[in-house]
Amino acid sequence: MLPEYIVFGLTGIGLFVIGLRAALVQAAALARILAINVAGTGIFLVFVTLAYRGHDAAPDPVPHALVLTGIVVAVSATALALALVRRLPATPGEDGDD
Amino acid sequence: MIDSLIDKDWVEALWLILDFALAVLLLGLAAAAVGTRDLRRGIALFIAFGLLVALVWARLRAPDLALAEAAIGAGVSGALLLAALRDVPPSGLPSVGARGLPLWLLNLGSVTLAVLLGWALLLALAGSDGIRLADLALANLEHSGVSNPVTAVLLNYRAYDTFLELGVVLAAVLGVLALGPARRSVRPAGPVLNSLIRLLLPLLIVTGGYLLWIGATAPGGAFQAGAMLAAAAVLLRLGGDATAGLPGAVGQRWLLALGIAVFAAVGLGVSTGGGAFLAYPHDWAGVLILLIEAAAMLMIACALALAYLGGRPAGWTIGDREGG
Amino acid sequence: MLDAVGLALIGTGLVFFAAGSIGLLRLPDLHSRLHALTKADNLGLGLLAVGVAFLAGDLLIAVKLLLLWLLVLAASAASAHLIARHARLRGQGR
Repeated sequence: MLPEYIVFGLTGIGLFVIGLRAALVQAAALARILAINVAGTGIFLVFVTLAYRGHDAAPDPVPHALVLTGIVVAVSATALALALVRRLPATPGEDGDD
Repeated sequence: MIDSLIDKDWVEALWLILDFALAVLLLGLAAAAVGTRDLRRGIALFIAFGLLVALVWARLRAPDLALAEAAIGAGVSGALLLAALRDVPPSGLPSVGARGLPLWLLNLGSVTLAVLLGWALLLALAGSDGIRLADLALANLEHSGVSNPVTAVLLNYRAYDTFLELGVVLAAVLGVLALGPARRSVRPAGPVLNSLIRLLLPLLIVTGGYLLWIGATAPGGAFQAGAMLAAAAVLLRLGGDATAGLPGAVGQRWLLALGIAVFAAVGLGVSTGGGAFLAYPHDWAGVLILLIEAAAMLMIACALALAYLGGRPAGWTIGDREGG
Repeated sequence: MLDAVGLALIGTGLVFFAAGSIGLLRLPDLHSRLHALTKADNLGLGLLAVGVAFLAGDLLIAVKLLLLWLLVLAASAASAHLIARHARLRGQGR
């Protein structure tokens, strides 16, 4: 097993958990969207790590294509979420309802 | 080159040190970006995080992803977040706060989840038999019409995925457009920003075209190229152009439909010859892929630019109501 | 020989980057931080680019690196100006 699998694989899982926890803890909608993006990047990192095959070998292109799709879908979802947040009524000082 | 100057074990050790440094920086930046109470600071850290992720993709030999991450993950996402922050003053941010769960339980759950996932990953790696789609993907590369394996996967082997992905992009941008008119506040830029824009704009457009063309044989492709054009649109908007260089409402509709329309037309067209949907004839694969990618690039650029505007630009009408 | 020159240039460039980063962290106000960042980092990047060009040993790559460096110079000068102007308009000389 390549050492990169352990280093970056576990980092990816760490990013996912950091993002997920923040998405649950943060109050501001914008901060939650940002946190979900961090969590998604963690998942991408696990994929790309598994595609890696060493310094001199060509990596697996299939996970790369999946992650490329994922990056574009993530930015689309972020754009829609931000457009929705803009239209949410601001309720400072108290928790808004879902 | 440099490798010959140093002993092989040392090279391995240096790589490992670099990897550890990258991993620690990634985790630290992510924690700082989501942990800060100051959202502006959080977004700035998130953009830095995105650039670092691009560096990690380059390290893991995924240059296609490095380009896309730098342009889309860090660039466009960062621009979208900053624009959203400017709309809503931080004190007036809608809070959809966490209720119910005590913090210690959440922290315990997070640590448990991390340990479980890490354990599962290590088990999966140890039990992996090494058979991968990569061999199949690389072996059929000469039949795919392109020589960049990532482009071959995206637009030939798994073209369905990419087709549906454009559908997701279209659905998201339709949602943005349906939610209301675009942001208004447009300030004309100062002379310094204007001359920077004048310098960057042609470079971005040329780079977009270059990435589209080179995507067949080297890192690049429709998504990276579309992101370059979208970056040009964001710059134009920052310079005071209210429509971000987009054509009128009718033109925008055509651009948005173009990606999916060309994809579907090519898919159906090749199936009339007796093949399956999107199974390109061998001799035409390269040309058809370039055609689809050119349309997808224009669509993605238009969609991302509209997303940055945050709603319908002036000139859109939905039903009998004015958009702008 | 060329490799050694390249590595020396890269090492020198890294020293400037370190100086710029220390300046960013330690200097008291926004304007002097910007000063440290733009001056030191641009020079560091230039040295790094020349060093990498020596390592690559290819004229085409060297020209590309030079063009990239000029682009970064223009972008960093403009963004430093924008940040400083924004800070002054907001009245935060901090």
